[in-house]
Amino acid sequence: MFTYYLDLALRSLKRNKVLTALMVIAIAVGIGASMTTLTVMHLLSGDPVPTRSGTLFYPQVDGNPTPGDFKQPLDVMDYQSAVDLWGAHRADAQTLVVDSPVRLSAPGVNLPTLMPSMLSTTSDFFPMFDVPFRYGSGWSADDDARHARVAVISDDLNHKLFGGRDSVGQVLRLRDTDVRIVGVLRPWRPSPVFYTVAGGRFANGDTADFYGKTQDVFTPFFTGLELNDGNFQQFTCWHMPERPGHLQNSPCAWVRLWVQLGDAGKVAAYKQFLDGYAAQQAALGRIVRPQNTRLRSLMQWLDYNGVVPGDVRLQTWLAFAFLAICLFNMIGLLLAKFLRRSGEIGVRRALGASRGAVFAQCLVEAGLVGLIGGIGGLGLTLLGLWLVRRQPVAYADLAHLDVSMFVATFVTAIAASLLAGVLPAFRASRVAPGLQLKTL
Amino acid sequence: MQIRPILAALRRHRMATVLIALEIALACAVLCNACFLIAGRIDAIQVDSGVDEASLATVQLAGYENAHAVDLNARVLAGLGSIAGVQSVSLLNSIPFGARRGTAGITTDMAGKHFGGVVEFYVGGPGSLSALGTRLVAGRNPQPDDFRPFTALMPDDASVQVTRALAEHLWPGADPLGKEFWLDKSHFRVVGVIDHLVRPDPGGWPGDSRDWSVFVPAQSSVYLSGSYLLRAAPTDLPRVLRDARAAIAKIAPDAVLDQDGTQTLGDLRTRSFQKDRAMIGMLVGVIVALLLVTALGIVGLASFWVAQRRRQIGIRRAIGATRRDILHYFQTENFLIVSFGIVLGMVLAYALNLLLMTHYELPRLPLVYLPIGAAALWLLGQLAVLGPALRAAAVPPVVATRSV
Repeated sequence: MFTYYLDLALRSLKRNKVLTALMVIAIAVGIGASMTTLTVMHLLSGDPVPTRSGTLFYPQVDGNPTPGDFKQPLDVMDYQSAVDLWGAHRADAQTLVVDSPVRLSAPGVNLPTLMPSMLSTTSDFFPMFDVPFRYGSGWSADDDARHARVAVISDDLNHKLFGGRDSVGQVLRLRDTDVRIVGVLRPWRPSPVFYTVAGGRFANGDTADFYGKTQDVFTPFFTGLELNDGNFQQFTCWHMPERPGHLQNSPCAWVRLWVQLGDAGKVAAYKQFLDGYAAQQAALGRIVRPQNTRLRSLMQWLDYNGVVPGDVRLQTWLAFAFLAICLFNMIGLLLAKFLRRSGEIGVRRALGASRGAVFAQCLVEAGLVGLIGGIGGLGLTLLGLWLVRRQPVAYADLAHLDVSMFVATFVTAIAASLLAGVLPAFRASRVAPGLQLKTL
Repeated sequence: MQIRPILAALRRHRMATVLIALEIALACAVLCNACFLIAGRIDAIQVDSGVDEASLATVQLAGYENAHAVDLNARVLAGLGSIAGVQSVSLLNSIPFGARRGTAGITTDMAGKHFGGVVEFYVGGPGSLSALGTRLVAGRNPQPDDFRPFTALMPDDASVQVTRALAEHLWPGADPLGKEFWLDKSHFRVVGVIDHLVRPDPGGWPGDSRDWSVFVPAQSSVYLSGSYLLRAAPTDLPRVLRDARAAIAKIAPDAVLDQDGTQTLGDLRTRSFQKDRAMIGMLVGVIVALLLVTALGIVGLASFWVAQRRRQIGIRRAIGATRRDILHYFQTENFLIVSFGIVLGMVLAYALNLLLMTHYELPRLPLVYLPIGAAALWLLGQLAVLGPALRAAAVPPVVATRSV
């Protein structure tokens, strides 16, 4: 029966090519626009560490001693709070994170001095965030403690400096300190670069820069602090730092802490520990809002920061309003098309076809339009993504269609056209056979 | 033209009429809001920086040791100053549309109780304000002894120039000259008011706050180093900047030239609004596609109705209606449907605007957009229906005498 309806649908679509083309164009354009923006949304609102994001948490205590009724703690922590919490080792794994620009050269490599961004972090960083290595590995907790002069570099930097070969054991000069490369990453492009996300709620939706590339050099936390002293940037300060750039004992927030907590019990226990720490520091007079602690999960933290850029969300809204217009358009055209065939439908009904059969036949035709429109929409989606890749935004290179969105394109196209077909098909199935036969 | 028979006919095609009207309504809502968004972006792009962008460029250095900063400044100022065509070289920490190094919250009392807003501190060495070319509207420009040495992030006491927008915000209606404000413990006294001096990142700030800037005169220091403002005749500027890039390698071998930040202000401006331009392009694309689809929908449905009513048209023609009557019939019909849609669309436009206002901190949709959107859709409807209506008018009266 289905193949018969398909045959009927094809014949009907061929009969009025202009109307068919109009419908296909409408659905293709609508699908193209909405799937382009939806793909970008999907990429930007996705999970940056799908393997373990459920176990990653971002602790916050309010290190700002200025009295006031602040509802939220600062987005990042002061040095003492962060290092105290890290040093307590109460979580399954924990890592400190701070980034700074650093002068970099490689002895024996004939390249001008670079100024890449350096991430100073602790040994747990690599296993915690499932960071992929091409050569070598991360450093050990012992290296953290010894302030070892070691570094891990990105795939990008390895290509730039060493042409992509195994550079483990090579020496880099970071500012005036020589460090030995112990690991080289595979291409790693978490989107967003979640571990340095902060301050998103002050960005007015202009958060595209969260989706840039990762840092190029990774050094043990205290090693980085020593070798690049004087070049650190605060997130914010409640008083002027005495020695800007040197922030260890400054009235500034600038260090981030991430923890890994395996189950709900551990999460509750860690929150309790966090509250206990804040209360203890309040008793010492260092903290004035001990109740202002937070333990957000990775996805909650990204959500809180509104990481998906405002422009992208706006475009998605627009695209779906546009798809709705295309659908109304299609309903109107399908209605015209089906009712024009009232005579034919009357004959089928008179010969014994049930209302259901007419309804099904009309829906098959609508679905077929959706399928053809979906193919057109896929082409337009690819074109749209190509346009996105040419935009001057940090996430431009990420805009590619993946399998799930490829399937979603067709599902959306067919679902949309079936939805658009329901009303016209219903009207068509209500055609009274007698009246139609009389006019024949 | 009689409207009553048209309404009677439309009642027979209630569903199709409602569908087209709904499509028009949605199109009207999206059209008005998209135009409003475009106007907002254009307004952002056209911000008045208050400086002579065409004559200015910046050189940005990094990677040098703090201990050598003052020495580096002296070398760079002398070295770049000797390039042919350079009118002036000066120190400036933040650059309009470029580096942002002085964003901070100020208070209008010493105790720090009255928050005055987050402003941009342009800390500049001798000659930098006049190189920028800002226009003084009250008070005075910095004098040689205003430029004092400092050792912290910011001078702790200075006579400053503020923009008119900031003065209006901090002391509405009052004379800003002689007024004071504080940044933590640092104290500033207003001695001059300048017309405009845009923030380095105007895109992220609403309304007048994109012009909340302070110029703080200061001497070369660790915390005022590595960021230079070059002034040259607009025609010389690209060449001067090229020469400056080349010269830096000799003047300052201990520093790393920030290739990305070292640009003319014109290029920096273009770059800082690239996203807005892309958004405008996307919005225009949506509007064009939207109008196209709506027009195609009208054409399709009108064609269908014309074909369906061929016989009736023939009868009307046979009993005396002119071609013009038939043409007007379809044109009026379209006008009525579009009008229904527009009335509904205006309500929808406002609803959509309210939604956008809550999610994106957009201002309220000015009423002027509604008649513009309405006119555009009326015009679109008439253009779209013209083809089918002409075809209807061409139906010969003899059709009436034929059975189908």
